[in-house]
Amino acid sequence: MTVLDRVEGREKVTGTARYAFEYPVDGVAYAAAVQADVARGEVTAVDVLSARELPGVLAVLSCVDAPRLEPVPDGELALFQSARVSYRGQFVAAVAAETLETAREAARLVRVEYAPESADVVLRADHPGLYKPEKVNPAFPTDTEQGDPEGAFAASAVRVDATYRTPAEHNNPMEPHTTVARWNDDGSLTLWDSNQGATPVGETIAKVFGLGADQVHVVSPHVGGGFGSKGTPRPNAVLAAMLARAARRPVKFAVPRQQMFATTGYRTPTIQRIRLGADEDGRLNAIVHDVVEQTSTVREFAEQAATPTRVMYQAPNRRTSHRLVRLDVPTPSWMRAPGETPGMFALETAMDELAVAAGVDPVELRIRNEPDREPESGLPFSSRNLVACLREGADRFGWAGRDPAPGVRRTGRLLTGTGVAASTYPAYLRPSRATARAEPDGTYTVRLAAADIGTGARTALTLIAAEALKADAADVRVEIGASDLPGAPVAGGSGGTASWGTAVVRACEALAGRLNGGAVPPGGVEASADTTEEVKGREDYARHAFGAQFAEVAVDVDTGEVRVARMLGVFAAGRIVNAKTARSQFVGGMTMGLGMALMEESSMDERFGDFVNRDLAQYHVPVCADVRDVQADWIEESDPHLNPMGTKGIGEIGIVGAAAAIANAVHHATGVRVRELPITPARLLPRL
Amino acid sequence: MDSANFSGEAVPVHADITLRVNGRERALGVDTRASLLDVLREDLGLTGSKKGCDHGQCGACTVLLDGRRANSCLALAVAHDGADVVTVEGLAAEGELSPVQEAFIENDAFQCGYCTPGQLCSATAVLDEAARGWPSTVTADVSSDPVLDDAEISERMSGNLCRCGAYPGIVAAVRQAALRHRETAERTDA
Repeated sequence: MTVLDRVEGREKVTGTARYAFEYPVDGVAYAAAVQADVARGEVTAVDVLSARELPGVLAVLSCVDAPRLEPVPDGELALFQSARVSYRGQFVAAVAAETLETAREAARLVRVEYAPESADVVLRADHPGLYKPEKVNPAFPTDTEQGDPEGAFAASAVRVDATYRTPAEHNNPMEPHTTVARWNDDGSLTLWDSNQGATPVGETIAKVFGLGADQVHVVSPHVGGGFGSKGTPRPNAVLAAMLARAARRPVKFAVPRQQMFATTGYRTPTIQRIRLGADEDGRLNAIVHDVVEQTSTVREFAEQAATPTRVMYQAPNRRTSHRLVRLDVPTPSWMRAPGETPGMFALETAMDELAVAAGVDPVELRIRNEPDREPESGLPFSSRNLVACLREGADRFGWAGRDPAPGVRRTGRLLTGTGVAASTYPAYLRPSRATARAEPDGTYTVRLAAADIGTGARTALTLIAAEALKADAADVRVEIGASDLPGAPVAGGSGGTASWGTAVVRACEALAGRLNGGAVPPGGVEASADTTEEVKGREDYARHAFGAQFAEVAVDVDTGEVRVARMLGVFAAGRIVNAKTARSQFVGGMTMGLGMALMEESSMDERFGDFVNRDLAQYHVPVCADVRDVQADWIEESDPHLNPMGTKGIGEIGIVGAAAAIANAVHHATGVRVRELPITPARLLPRL
Repeated sequence: MDSANFSGEAVPVHADITLRVNGRERALGVDTRASLLDVLREDLGLTGSKKGCDHGQCGACTVLLDGRRANSCLALAVAHDGADVVTVEGLAAEGELSPVQEAFIENDAFQCGYCTPGQLCSATAVLDEAARGWPSTVTADVSSDPVLDDAEISERMSGNLCRCGAYPGIVAAVRQAALRHRETAERTDA
């Protein structure tokens, strides 16, 4: 097994790895933004006089006088194009100034007047505005149905009918969404930007400003996390570029943490009703998964929460559906495993409830409902090793002999229990380009506009190239993170390494063919690849990674506090390229799942709109002491139907099922079934 | 809040201060509103220290201020005239990585790397605090020298958020560095 230290490790531990805000750009000015303080209405006046008069202020823009932009599908990028306020916290004005302190002071001096309207900000399962979107993210059918799910459910011997709720959650990468924008003399635009894909960000921003795609240069070699929220350009990129044009100076803008909660995306809250009908042995006869979610009035984002239910378990009668309501709220977007994460919390908790109702061990219940083909499509799986993960995990966790009785293991103030849940995530492959170059000194350079947001992509691609070139990894240099490099898709959908790696392998193969074992000429040799046709030509298979997660919790009966004593995840995700960075990806996902289970929640202010908790003191993410013993491992999986490396994505599956494993352990510990996340003392204690 | 009262009066006030940063004297004119973090990053070009929240909630800006770890985003630069500051850029003496830095790479104690400078400064201070015998809230016997086991390390490192979830690697790295630190100290004593 390959174990390579992160190739940019030295830069990251010495503070020399540059993130977007840190590029030394001559004459750069600082931006600060003003947010709407009503949830719905019209801006009637913007008084910028005091701000403009402040010494050091270079430009002020607002939604009543900003230059026009070209329309693009993502309405969040139509910055200052309308006096309409669509949610509290929406950017309505911005300033550029000589210093950060002056910019902030000037933003404070901008006076905005509104004609407020009554706002609708609360998601409800019976909201009259619920509608059926045309598709769910990114392009799945909204609803599916087979057989007679309602009739089969009603006729089932064992039934679970429960509604689960997950809250709005925020990605909160450690690096805020940041852009340094500079207009160049040739009319082109350079963006040092914090994002998950330089190519798509460049293409989108070019459209916004009516430029050719080659006129926007996006530079982002190091990105301080994204977890989906930097997968598409956010308003910060537009804001910095607009102000740079107005100020005739380069401008830099990092969205302050408090402003990120409204303007950089979040996971929609969900209300999910699941019905499982089974025979007395727990064999499923009916599965119904109906999802209700929110989106904004600015842009439709339909999270695909029920799609994992189309993949997981056999049942002849089944239905999934998604309904949305457009509220006067910030626009939800991608957050680590959108769809699978909330959807599998609901499904895997329901499976635990079925295990209890049928008196079947929860590991055995899942094995008993293992399908031999993808249940809804009927396609064969390219590989599916959920059962192997469950068995291996159960063995290593010490599951055998578990007393299923809830609420009976007490030591002092602590009730303990264990839980299990399954994980799944699709294995996507998207077209990418890459070049590979052999130098006369025996080294190689591979170039493509991939992104390393902490995933270890740069390191994995180094190993992939070295293997394809039959070279030492130390002789391979991988250049990524700029839109001027060969075009590459976003680091998203856990499809980065698979998509980029395929192009890297093909470019390296072409290079090897060109070298044909001969010496490298003085000028070097280069070859390129474009995988568009290869991706189109893939055979029909259901391609997914699977996993099993086990958790042990201790619940304090006096405080209601839940502590996770240990977690183990065992995954089957194709070939693992680099064990070292892969383990960090799995553990990182599981840790975010621990946060989802126990602490992460963005609360909507029902009176005024926007989220009440808007910083890291009020939106809690796991800290070091919350993560006591989180371990991840994998089973060797060889799958010839994926890509030349045989890999499935690993960036997201770790969070999928993690919260359900913990919630199921809480039930085992206490006998209390919490169907609404997070499981806080306030929710749990009154029921203990 | 009535900001109109301030219009026209909110001119920046500058102050001349001296900082000793990573062993080097730096004379600076600073905006009295500027945080130490912004002065390090924007005026001195020391961008290793990161801004994650600007409110002392994430720890990404942690530096060693007069020998103790501090959130530089919560420190007004003007209030620290004459202070000694060590940032992540100052941890590797003459280009040689410190044991903490080495251990972070070896144990993959980071992913995106954005919290890492703060984690490294915190970890460096943790070793020192433990060596001085400072207890933490999980120290069972506060009268004896604390031993940096996993519980002590994770408690003492909990002021530094890592959204990538590299905590197991961070704990392993600090444990490894603590061991080397102790061995070095013992050798020196001997």
